[in-house]
Amino acid sequence: MSKLTTSPATPRCYHCGEDCHEEVLHAHDKDFCCSGCQMVYEILNQNGMCDYYTISNNPGTSRRTKVREDKFAFLDDAKIADSLIHFKNDSQSHISFYVPQIHCSSCLWLLENLHRLEPGVLSSKVNFIKKEVDIVFDHQVFSLRKLAELMTSIGYEPYISFSDMGAKKTRIDSSKLYKLGVAGFCFANIMLMSFPEYLGIDAKEKNLLLVFRYANLFLSLPVFFYSASEFYISAWKSLKHRFLNIDAPIVLAVWVTFARSVYEVLTATGGGYFDSMSGIVFFMLAGRVLQDKTYQQLSFERDYTSYFPIAVTRIREQKQETATLPDIRLNDTLLIHSEELIPADGIITRGKALIDYSFVTGESLPVAKEMGEIVYAGGKQTGGNIEILVIKEVAQSYLTKLWNRNETPVTAPDDERSFVHLLSRYFTIILFTIAGSAAAWWYFHDPSKVWTSVTAVLIVACPCALLLSNTFTNANILRRLGRNHLYLRNAQVIEDMAEADCIVFDKTGTLTTGLYQDILYEGEPLQEKQVRAIGALAAQSTHPFSKAIAAWAGNHTGQKVSGFREIAGKGIEGIVDGDLVTLGSAAFVTKEPQESNDASVVYIAIEEEVWGRFKFRNHYRDDIPSLLQKLGKNYQLAVLSGDNAGEQAYLRKVLGYDAILLFNQQPMDKLEAIRTLQAQGKKVMMIGDGLNDAGALQQADIGIAVSESNNNFTPASDAILAAEQLPLLDRFIRLAKANKQVVLAAFVISVLYNLVGLFFAVSGVLSPMIAAILMPCSSISILFVTYGLSNYFGFRERLK
Amino acid sequence: MSVIILLLVASISVASLFLFAFIWSVKDGQYDDEIAPAVRILFDDIAAPSKRERELLPEETVK
Repeated sequence: MSKLTTSPATPRCYHCGEDCHEEVLHAHDKDFCCSGCQMVYEILNQNGMCDYYTISNNPGTSRRTKVREDKFAFLDDAKIADSLIHFKNDSQSHISFYVPQIHCSSCLWLLENLHRLEPGVLSSKVNFIKKEVDIVFDHQVFSLRKLAELMTSIGYEPYISFSDMGAKKTRIDSSKLYKLGVAGFCFANIMLMSFPEYLGIDAKEKNLLLVFRYANLFLSLPVFFYSASEFYISAWKSLKHRFLNIDAPIVLAVWVTFARSVYEVLTATGGGYFDSMSGIVFFMLAGRVLQDKTYQQLSFERDYTSYFPIAVTRIREQKQETATLPDIRLNDTLLIHSEELIPADGIITRGKALIDYSFVTGESLPVAKEMGEIVYAGGKQTGGNIEILVIKEVAQSYLTKLWNRNETPVTAPDDERSFVHLLSRYFTIILFTIAGSAAAWWYFHDPSKVWTSVTAVLIVACPCALLLSNTFTNANILRRLGRNHLYLRNAQVIEDMAEADCIVFDKTGTLTTGLYQDILYEGEPLQEKQVRAIGALAAQSTHPFSKAIAAWAGNHTGQKVSGFREIAGKGIEGIVDGDLVTLGSAAFVTKEPQESNDASVVYIAIEEEVWGRFKFRNHYRDDIPSLLQKLGKNYQLAVLSGDNAGEQAYLRKVLGYDAILLFNQQPMDKLEAIRTLQAQGKKVMMIGDGLNDAGALQQADIGIAVSESNNNFTPASDAILAAEQLPLLDRFIRLAKANKQVVLAAFVISVLYNLVGLFFAVSGVLSPMIAAILMPCSSISILFVTYGLSNYFGFRERLK
Repeated sequence: MSVIILLLVASISVASLFLFAFIWSVKDGQYDDEIAPAVRILFDDIAAPSKRERELLPEETVK
């Protein structure tokens, strides 16, 4: 058995840091893996910008896949260019490009120094989190196309997709930050001015006390009307859905506190609770901001339009022209270049197609198609150029229809599923009961105290401690998961993760890496000479299997192959050293009918005598088997694969007999499979990659998209996980489960404070000072408890 | 007494200065990307002195 691994002696590319497998280019005392990488180095070297290489080591990305010369020709089309440019005046244009290659400080440096390479660029600024670069350029001297080409030439090819068209620059909503700032300002000043009240003031200075009280009242207005509006809106929204969320009792408490305080100040009977009120609002807003801010810039909402190109080449009356996707009509002829995505279903009219449908079906092997056959949108042409005749418009294609189903499962809005709402309701009901009994008691004993005790209980009744412990814990866990490269869409996903009881995996690209395959040789031992002959023959073909075999045999290109013949979808043959060597499917080599499930086997015959066969197996990510075994103990597992059933035996062994294994699954089948599981009452977590899992990811109670490398796209999902972190999934789930425990622990502690407050409230003597001491103490201890406990759980799971 | 009121006005106006500074910084997008600025601030220091140093002390700085 031989694996495609490299020996440590392989030189590493100075530009991209990848091992130089096939060829090593030596120039300027440096090794390069390909001419693309070398060229980038030379461009930078000429411009004195080699600091790029000193800021981080090997900062580039591999340039082995060449970019077509006129790839960005469509940017010359004014209509397309205008749809991408955000702002334009006489001298400058503003554009922002998505550049998935951005990953280190060198990238940042180079992209922000574009003006040194090209004077037409006026300025550029990178947003690291979004992997976007905002560029201002002078369109009088420099065109958008040239800009894209310049960036491509230095290894930062902008990714321009259909979804960018007419997209306005989205700004993140920072209204909560303003509200937080205002609340903080007012809270601090009110606290300062409450001191005379608490510490006592000379009777002669009574007027001064009034000044302070009115100043407090004045300062509390922005908190009450502006900062707290966050909670009013949320409470009102959920009341409209006939749902009582945690914000409703909070709003009630804020209103009661404010009303009583205003009453006290106006009637000169007391100083009111302005400091407690603004403090609560401030802390709760801080928790909300921390919880929400984390990954709102990552895109969790991608659909097919982010995968599709913005424009394709259309052939009309023998001439090539650029056409945007919505302009493509039935019976148009499209020219699909190598490495381009097919945007609409069509019939091949020229050229041989070798289509990689891994996007759509998950099947990792390219499919050969001849003239006259139908190709479906979403496939990527990996062979030469082809022409297709459109038979369905873009929006009508098989793939896009899957997307436009608009059948997203009806569940409660994200923020209404949390257990804290339920808990807050119990909490509030209990406190209302207490308020009622206190009112009744005082009514018979001292009716003048009814009003004070009831309002005081209602002030204490605010479940703000629960909200605080929830938001701070969520924020801390989100941050911790993020440090381990699991990015959640929002805090509710933590709870969904904890509640899932069935985990469904996609196979190709999720459990296995799509990058390379293990080769296993079975058969009679081959001699050195035969290995060379096989390698030489395989090197003639570009089929992924041939490439893998050539690499297995050691890339011998020296030997001459004559009479080479390639039969698409079947195999190759040729004469090496006088021997006829044949490689291919069973039917092709052994001339016997092919067994089923054997698509990943290549037979070898030399001089028409079968020697053995190569078995190709997807390479499972490291530690995946042990992860599956660990998860199998507590979860119902399932694997849905778009591939053939070649792996069934292996997966059965790893996953055990209870697991559900389904093969040859089309995207729709996957979605149905999830739905079936849900119908059985299961909470399903789906883990997948690529477009073919998109439907299933949306249908599942929680969909996690696995992203292979930093320039990969992920379909719409609840969470994005870096592929190399997948083996830690069980720990992530355990941390998510700890979330509830931490929230409850913090809540119990805060209830103790509430009990103290309640004691004063019921006896009708809740003074502003006691409230002002209890409130920050409770908030701060919640902060410590949530932070400490969630860090402890993270530490226990050995997460960063 | 009037002194305290004066101080009150002074302290609130100083605090409001900070509030406006905060609002300005949010508006300016300083909280949009928290990674890039931290990296960006180091660049001139990496690029410029290392070049000068290389000219002055060619052997010692080259690792």
